[in-house]
Amino acid sequence: MDATMNGTGSPSAGGALESISSARAVGRTADAIFVALLWGCGIFVLILLGLIIAMLFEGGLPAFRNFGLDFLWTATWNPVTENFGALVMIYGTLFSAIIAVVIALPLSFGIAFFLSEIAPESLRRPIGVAIQLLAAVPSIIYGMWGFFIIAPLMAAYVQPPLIDLLGPLPVIGLLFQGPALGGGMLTAGLIMAIMILPFITAMFVETLESVPPMLKESAYGVGATTYEVYKNVSIPYGRTAMVGAIMLGLGRALGETMAVTFVIGNATRLSASLFAPGATIASTIANEFPEAAQGSLKLDSLLALGFILFVISFIVLALSRFLVRSNLKS
Amino acid sequence: MTSAVDPTFNLSSSVAARPDAPPAPAKIKVENLQFYYGSNHALRNINFEVPEKRVTAMIGPSGCGKSTLLRIFNRMYDLYPGQRAEGAVLYDGVNIVGKELDPTIVRTRIGMVFQKPTPFPMSIYDNIAFGVKLHEKLNKAQMDERVEWCLRKAAIWDETKDRLHTSALGMSGGQQQRLCIARTIAVRPEVILLDEPTSALDPISTSKIEDLIDELKQEFTIVIVTHNMQQAARCADITAFFYLGELIEVAPSDVIFTNPKEIKTRDYITGRFG
Repeated sequence: MDATMNGTGSPSAGGALESISSARAVGRTADAIFVALLWGCGIFVLILLGLIIAMLFEGGLPAFRNFGLDFLWTATWNPVTENFGALVMIYGTLFSAIIAVVIALPLSFGIAFFLSEIAPESLRRPIGVAIQLLAAVPSIIYGMWGFFIIAPLMAAYVQPPLIDLLGPLPVIGLLFQGPALGGGMLTAGLIMAIMILPFITAMFVETLESVPPMLKESAYGVGATTYEVYKNVSIPYGRTAMVGAIMLGLGRALGETMAVTFVIGNATRLSASLFAPGATIASTIANEFPEAAQGSLKLDSLLALGFILFVISFIVLALSRFLVRSNLKS
Repeated sequence: MTSAVDPTFNLSSSVAARPDAPPAPAKIKVENLQFYYGSNHALRNINFEVPEKRVTAMIGPSGCGKSTLLRIFNRMYDLYPGQRAEGAVLYDGVNIVGKELDPTIVRTRIGMVFQKPTPFPMSIYDNIAFGVKLHEKLNKAQMDERVEWCLRKAAIWDETKDRLHTSALGMSGGQQQRLCIARTIAVRPEVILLDEPTSALDPISTSKIEDLIDELKQEFTIVIVTHNMQQAARCADITAFFYLGELIEVAPSDVIFTNPKEIKTRDYITGRFG
């Protein structure tokens, strides 16, 4: 504006640039603030994560100091003698999460294949919505449902025949020992499988739908059947994302608390049996936190458990990244 | 619109009219074919013959039905509910449009190469072995031989022989497309359908594919859909012009590009529409 009003009245090139730059001064300040805010948001994540790790580690430090690294592989958890070890919970966490993934995986594959290719349009939406709703059910509901419905069913119809049938076998029989109590590792894994199913399925469906139609048609074009196209083209094409989906499900199962606490039995004993009551890190913390006095060794041990869970989750995540990357390379 | 295609028009005799071309019997015979995408009548009353061991080009503006017809020839439309064909497509006298025929068998005899290279996410070797394994039990030596045979046929052996076991995704676009042709040949089809095979390729790769098409017609019947009229003129013995779901004219390429009978054909090849 200034440039057009100066002496001659004709705007010079330099003047025009100047006038634009002065008109944009406010915009520049706003932009600087905006950028600074974005930096703040980014750094905030790092600070948050750092604080959580520091708090867990600092809180659990007395336990590690007291028991040393033995804390990791001691199977005792005795509040009376104040003798604590994490082995039962670590074992329970990994075992139940792996059971969950093993059960959920084939189902997710089946549902995802069906939805992405076989299902008629009229069925696709209802089933898709139902899966999303499964994901929306709060975990405490799954816990109650597991406790009141699934556990009694397991005790009545699933566990006794399995114990009778497979229990006497060598080696594999170890998985099917003990009384049919209804709860335990398998029941916890089953409930968690249902909980992680929607997540894995949704990611599988997304992956399968991202396979270019022309690529699938090429496979059909050399005379492949639906199954052969999936096995040889769709899955290899999407395996990267699929590994990621499985790891995501595993990660969710590792940290799942309420539903597991309801059905796992909360026994701090080590057992190879699928039917024996056990405990996970999350369920132990949920159960025992209210009874842990401020400054007690028990509280320290629970915080140390939390730190271990954090490390396990971190390793799973790192492993999934590593797998995904090596998949990309090949 | 009345079609200029005389139902008694005999491709074999018109091919025979060319000094270098002995009469070729019809490999595929299309009779009164109708095709529907849901309620959309995409192809109307198509009557058409594809002569054996010749290159037949199908040209026409986008949406004219030429790719649709190609996808009927190997039953690809079967994958999509809501698409259906009526009438007959006789392949060696057998109607392949009928539901009673297994589409996987049709697709083995009538192979297809797509607009974009579509290598499978596996090694070059396995890209070829994949289709072969579905239909034949070959031992390692026989499979090696088959892989080499079709890579040579697709004029890509020299570029790939030292990297057969590396991923096919690492090849250039033109190489990938020739690999796709090799993969199609590998299951020993009689007919190869090419759906705008060079539309995603640079001029050098395009000319390699065109040379290859010329080679392949010694052994295979080829049907090519193309947007590029020069390509049709260069490669094809017979050219068919489609417009709005109808076959307007079919004739030897030199006739259709120099002296078309129909005004629409002339308008299209001289660039007045399309």
